[in-house]
Amino acid sequence: MNWVALKMLTGDKTKYFGIVFGVSFAALLMGQQSAIFCGLMRNTTSQIRDVQGADLWVMDKNVQFIDDVKPLSENDLYRVRGVPGVKWAVRLYKGLGRARLTDGNFQQVIILGLDNATLVGAPAPWRVLHGNIEDLRQPDAVFIDEFGWRYLFGAEPFVAGAKTLELNDRRAVIVGVCHCNPTFQTFPILYCTYSQALQFIPQERKTLSFVLAKAEDGESPEAVGERITEQTGHKALTDEQFFWTTIGYYLKRTGIPINFGITVTLGFVVGCAIAGQTFYLFTIENLKQFGALKAMGVGNLRLVGMILLQAAVVGVIGYGIGIGGAALFGYVFERAVKTAPPAFYFSWHILALTGGAVAAIVTAAALVSMRRVLFLEAGVVFR
Amino acid sequence: MTATATQAAIRLTGVTKEFGTGDARVTALHEVDLEMPYGELVLLVGPSGCGKTTLISIVAGLLDATAGEVEVLGENLTRMRGGRKVRFRGDNIGFVFQQYNLLPALTAAENASVPLLIAGWDRKKAVAKAAELLDAVGLGARLNSYPNQLSGGQQQRVAIARALVHGPRLLVCDEPTAALDAASGRTVMGLIRQVAVEADRAVVVVTHDSRVYDFGDRIVSMSDGRIESVKTRE
Repeated sequence: MNWVALKMLTGDKTKYFGIVFGVSFAALLMGQQSAIFCGLMRNTTSQIRDVQGADLWVMDKNVQFIDDVKPLSENDLYRVRGVPGVKWAVRLYKGLGRARLTDGNFQQVIILGLDNATLVGAPAPWRVLHGNIEDLRQPDAVFIDEFGWRYLFGAEPFVAGAKTLELNDRRAVIVGVCHCNPTFQTFPILYCTYSQALQFIPQERKTLSFVLAKAEDGESPEAVGERITEQTGHKALTDEQFFWTTIGYYLKRTGIPINFGITVTLGFVVGCAIAGQTFYLFTIENLKQFGALKAMGVGNLRLVGMILLQAAVVGVIGYGIGIGGAALFGYVFERAVKTAPPAFYFSWHILALTGGAVAAIVTAAALVSMRRVLFLEAGVVFR
Repeated sequence: MTATATQAAIRLTGVTKEFGTGDARVTALHEVDLEMPYGELVLLVGPSGCGKTTLISIVAGLLDATAGEVEVLGENLTRMRGGRKVRFRGDNIGFVFQQYNLLPALTAAENASVPLLIAGWDRKKAVAKAAELLDAVGLGARLNSYPNQLSGGQQQRVAIARALVHGPRLLVCDEPTAALDAASGRTVMGLIRQVAVEADRAVVVVTHDSRVYDFGDRIVSMSDGRIESVKTRE
């Protein structure tokens, strides 16, 4: 009878495609909007993911997210180094600078100042697209991220040292290009040494944004972090903890989740409405056929099975088309827009949640339809 | 159980059927007593609203009687419930409906195979068996036609094949000629008589089409929820 159920479903192509379209549209909208939302949220944490090599970020206890820099004193670096379980600790400058371009325009940039001796936090070798990270030790040298390069210089090919910027009346020579995770603010990112970074910003009393620390072998970074907090009074977070702290701030303090939540909910509601209504109408128009099957000896349980199978089929096909469409959108968007970092992140959570929502839509549609069929008197066939 | 001419395929004793409650209560059947034998084509006739459809719905196990005893093919339907009744219908009763009720997405052969599919037959075998029967009712050349490609008479022939494909012991036909012109109606009735009437099968046809009365072995006339007369063919 499963075969009969499928033939009934696909027999009327217009209705069949209508139901599949409703589910696909809902899956597309929910998947695509969720992926953009997750992409944006991830972009707020790009520097946390870019700065690698250390286990812990040590910061002022009032810091709420990565861009909420409350500088520490130089003494704090030495206090962190003195905490048992800390293998090493180095400086990191993170801040915004104002770059003057050769055409006279100004552009805000994110400056990441790395420890002069170790360059801890520099892009991994596989992320360096042009130049050598050791070139950062040259006077006035900076690396720029690839989106920043494209934004400032378009399709011009990179030539080491050929492009310069002016920051705080100092010359910054671009000696390399690296790949960075897309940022929320979309400003170009400049890597340089810590001492160089201090020359690119106006003079401030305290300039140490973060201390990057490594736990001794065999020590748990979380335990060392707690120890640093106890002994210095500063917050010490692992990459993951800092990642979620930053995302938590944006979720709580901005309207981004609400706005995207509304769109995702709309996708769900519209999907329910289109798929539910079409599926319901499809069942109503087939009531006589269901009645005939009932009269001929098809039990309620089997009818439920047939309707659930029909719902499952449109659900799976609609989900596939919708999610495929959303993925295609992300793929095209990422390749078509070269000057802006993409905000599209398609995690398995989105696939699972969208799948769950689609399952809820088709189940709801099936339940509403099922009710009519279950309470249908087989005698209806004689009327 | 082997049916004999002396056994009644259908025995109704004091069957009453009421619809609604309170002031809205309507009595569709008034203490109906009736016996229908195997091997005959029984016509159930009478004006619209006289209770014919209610009566065959009860006989076919699609409706429960409010009072009285309903015995069909040796089984007491009054006490039969739920899944057992559904199985009884599937195994023993074939239906021919006024509006054919063919599944529009299935071909003629596939439509005729549905009772076998319900019984759990393999699809290919079921369709092959249905094709044999369609050939017997003169539709051997239209096996792969969809209902919307067939005339009313042809659709009713598919419905007859569907009703008989699983070898039911009771065939219930509701106004099988109502949607057909006179010639097609007579063809369909002739076909029912030819392929359905067998010694161990009872055939009940509800009709108010007087043009086909001569096909019946027995004519049961109803009026206002009661049996008015029972006439047997000489």
